[in-house]
Amino acid sequence: MTTLAQEFTKGIVKENPLFRLILGMCPTLAVSVTAINSFGMGVSVIAVLLCSNIVISAVRNVIPAKVRIPAYIMIIATFVTLVEMVLNAFAPELFEALGIFIPLIVVNCIILGRAEAFARKNTIGRSIIDALGIGLGYTISLVLLGVIRELFGAGSIFGYQVMGTAFEPMGVLAVAPGAFITLGVMLGLFNYLFKHFGIE
Amino acid sequence: MSLLAIIFVAILADNIVFNQFLGICPYLGVSKRLETSLGMGIAVIFVMALSAIVTWVVYNFLLIPFDLGYLRTIAFILIIAGLVQLVETILKKTNPTLFRALGIYLPLITTNCAILGVAILNVQAEHNIIETIVYAIAVAIGFTIALIIMAGIRERLELADLSSHLRGAAVSLVTAGILSLAFMGFKGIMTL
Repeated sequence: MTTLAQEFTKGIVKENPLFRLILGMCPTLAVSVTAINSFGMGVSVIAVLLCSNIVISAVRNVIPAKVRIPAYIMIIATFVTLVEMVLNAFAPELFEALGIFIPLIVVNCIILGRAEAFARKNTIGRSIIDALGIGLGYTISLVLLGVIRELFGAGSIFGYQVMGTAFEPMGVLAVAPGAFITLGVMLGLFNYLFKHFGIE
Repeated sequence: MSLLAIIFVAILADNIVFNQFLGICPYLGVSKRLETSLGMGIAVIFVMALSAIVTWVVYNFLLIPFDLGYLRTIAFILIIAGLVQLVETILKKTNPTLFRALGIYLPLITTNCAILGVAILNVQAEHNIIETIVYAIAVAIGFTIALIIMAGIRERLELADLSSHLRGAAVSLVTAGILSLAFMGFKGIMTL
């Protein structure tokens, strides 16, 4: 039996959804243009993941195994709609920037993956810890990517200009090709680091 | 906007994989061999056109008249999941050959974000039914083209002398980045 602390930290390092499990790529590539968008996306995913993990864990003994996937998708879609409405009401700028990728949280493999792999077999308490760990791991990686792309693509971090006037922004990092190349290079780098520090 | 412009932009200038970042998971997962890419591509064209029509009808004749626009996400994902199941069952009964060819790709399609993405993009752009069908098929053709190009490159990458850390997803993403750079050229010809 793993301890609660291990359950929490596994999502950040050992089972990091982005760099280890390679899940949730579409929103990652699309929103990581700026650090603040990445952060907003990460928090939205944490909110949906936490709520869906709690509910799915609570009803895990009620749902018949044969129809579990459609049931999970409906539960997730409900919370995604809630997040969509909250963002539209209280953070219209973020809602505008994330655009179509908010409703698409429904098909984010991380959330369905955690429901299938963890929440349906574990207690509510453990599912909460799991959701927080995985969600935080995803948010940290997403913000890291956002910071790199924003720093070199626009010369700023979280909207604050830090590179000075002499810096020529590398426009390619702010558009589509930059997203693919930055993520690919970081994936290679993290593969190296994980191997170097012996984390398998 | 003319239908020709929709087709050109959906296939090349705003390619679903390289410019809109949708359907990356199957793009990385299925593009290992040319034959499987083609099978997946055909399955996507079929399901995407069908789901675009049904979601458009439901949105415009059910959700909008009853002022239920906020149920869009839930309704669409339910339609897509049901539709994929239905196509699977019908194919199994009526055309076993086609089912054997496409069967393994169909379950994967439910969680393909490009299908839900195109359904939402269609109602957001307020396309009419003809534009919806043309757009859905064009996007799916763009997806197939991206998949086939990538499969061709990856069959060669397997033999390349690469550092073990870069093998797999890392080098595929960098390759996709370079392809995306090439596809950006089409944006100079025509954008919406």
